[in-house]
Amino acid sequence: MSALMIRNLHKSYGSLEILAGINLEAKTGEFVALVGPSGCGKSTLLAMIAGLETVTSGEIWIGDRLVNSVRPKDRDIAMVFQSYALYPTMTVRQNITFGMESRGVPKAAQAEAVQRVAALLQIEQLLKRKPGQLSGGQRQRVAMGRALVRDPKLFLFDEPLSNLDAKLRVDMRTEIKKLHHRVGKTTVYVTHDQVEAMTLASRIAVMNQGSVQQFDTPKRIYDRPTNMFVAGFMGSPAMNFIPARLTGSTSISVRAADGSDASLALAAPMSAGAPKDVVLGIRPEHIYRFTTDLKSRKPAVASMQAPVELVEPTGAETLAVLRLGDLEITGRFEPDDAPVMGETITLGIDMSRACLFDPTTKALL
Amino acid sequence: MAEVAPNARFDPEEAAATRRHFWSRFLVYAVLTLFAVVYLVPLLVVIFNSLREQSEIARNGLISVPRSFRFDAWAQAWGSYCVSGTCEGMKRNFFNSLAMTIPATIISTILGAMNGYILSKWRFRGSELIFNLMLLGVFMPGQISLMPWAFLLGKLGLTNSTYGLVLIHVVQGISFTTLFCRNFYVSIPDDLIKAARIDGAGFWRIFRKIILPLSPPILIVTVIWQFTGIWNEYLFGVVFTSGQQQPITAALVALTAGGTTARAYDVMSAAVLIGALPPLLIYLFGGKYFVRGLTQGAIK
Repeated sequence: MSALMIRNLHKSYGSLEILAGINLEAKTGEFVALVGPSGCGKSTLLAMIAGLETVTSGEIWIGDRLVNSVRPKDRDIAMVFQSYALYPTMTVRQNITFGMESRGVPKAAQAEAVQRVAALLQIEQLLKRKPGQLSGGQRQRVAMGRALVRDPKLFLFDEPLSNLDAKLRVDMRTEIKKLHHRVGKTTVYVTHDQVEAMTLASRIAVMNQGSVQQFDTPKRIYDRPTNMFVAGFMGSPAMNFIPARLTGSTSISVRAADGSDASLALAAPMSAGAPKDVVLGIRPEHIYRFTTDLKSRKPAVASMQAPVELVEPTGAETLAVLRLGDLEITGRFEPDDAPVMGETITLGIDMSRACLFDPTTKALL
Repeated sequence: MAEVAPNARFDPEEAAATRRHFWSRFLVYAVLTLFAVVYLVPLLVVIFNSLREQSEIARNGLISVPRSFRFDAWAQAWGSYCVSGTCEGMKRNFFNSLAMTIPATIISTILGAMNGYILSKWRFRGSELIFNLMLLGVFMPGQISLMPWAFLLGKLGLTNSTYGLVLIHVVQGISFTTLFCRNFYVSIPDDLIKAARIDGAGFWRIFRKIILPLSPPILIVTVIWQFTGIWNEYLFGVVFTSGQQQPITAALVALTAGGTTARAYDVMSAAVLIGALPPLLIYLFGGKYFVRGLTQGAIK
């Protein structure tokens, strides 16, 4: 049974359509990430699941209940907000017990629940403090504690890490993952950070302009993005898009830096109905320096020449900006094997990892 | 080891700058002091006259340094001076003013907080329109509503009573209290309300447990504003009440207009000061919160 099921959900304010027919489901215990650029409707979708926004049309099921018109407090959910939304005048303990008090849970049970959650999140020593006296990471923990103490059917996270600095964000990301492992609750997690979505989720829904572009496992989303939006949004540095022409069922040609056409063999034959003009999508890490050794290890590698315009070492890897016709593509190299600026390098492109898109429909071929 | 300045030579540029700075500062403070004195002189004159003997005032004129010193005028003004036939001083009117100001302040502040809460956190279709209409009341001079109030108080049987004035000041004050509270509550993040709704709290519980505990800065502002405004209000008091029902501001006029005898400047001064004391005290004790509350958001 699914813990969450969304069927053909629409949301509009007057004539402005925010969500255009969302279909989504989360199995019990699953971690689903909603990811997309700002304004794609992901936060609105979460607010509708929480009951904070009304449904224009469609259905939201939590467990075996249709909750379209159920009030937020009766939906058996808990939510962690981007701003944490801790009640500023209450202590950490009061913040955590506020919901139980509203619900009339007996005092003894409250104390026990606080103890359990505080131990789980290691915030026992903070219980008497006010939110103003906590650091960003501590506030984050308290916000999660407030959600956890409910023992809900469904956890909702609204960009919970975006107010933290870069280092703490990575730490808390790991903690959220561990926490999810331990408590095993169905979770819907909204983020604009594709790395967060990739690392945390068991399934990702990539959203754009009010609709779900692709809903699949992180690996499938990364390797076989369903269209150019998903391909460009997931992954950093972004996938390179290179205009190309089909020259047969198993080869394409692209314009090289010197104006000549370079022919690249495809890993698998194209179907007959494919358009003549295509877009070759290739991720930076699938571009190598060509060697015979590489060819023997990865038989699908195709080679071509490209001048190196710029080199950006990051320590763990070195990014190189390469000239290809009148566009620039990015390649990702081992620092020890990185090209130098001004050099013309023979690239090895792993065609088995390449994606071909239709330039008019933007869809994967 | 003390650091030795590597270049301790006299710098004429710097000295000139220091001099210029000094003189510009001096000028600013001189002007400010002058204005402060100008503003304070009337208050001083009244305080002096309340302590001088009437005969001395008659001899040396109204504006003069006291040469006698006594509190008789205060006692008279408070309890025994005769105004239009009754010899009870300002005491009764002072309590009238309290009986009018305190309930009107409390009720209008509570209503303002409620309105502000609804208009900022529970918006509905048309709520902005309602808010803008209420804002209109801020700019409406009181005399415009004199006739409607006369009609209404007459219908309700509340003419010449403190309750009538309480009603007027509550209604007239709601615009301001709503404006203050609404603008303050707008700065409280909506996420707090959403979190509380998921936590199972309703309209009232959110107001009591989350909004009110955050409100002291703005409630102090509205209380000070309402208290001084209602206490000092004169027009409604003088129009809708008379004699023993009058608040002190209206009664002060009766004091100056009363009788054919020589004017008792000492008693009048003391009476005026008695009438001015409560707002002054409120300002002295609450003034700093007033400034702080007006400039502060809800969440630090």
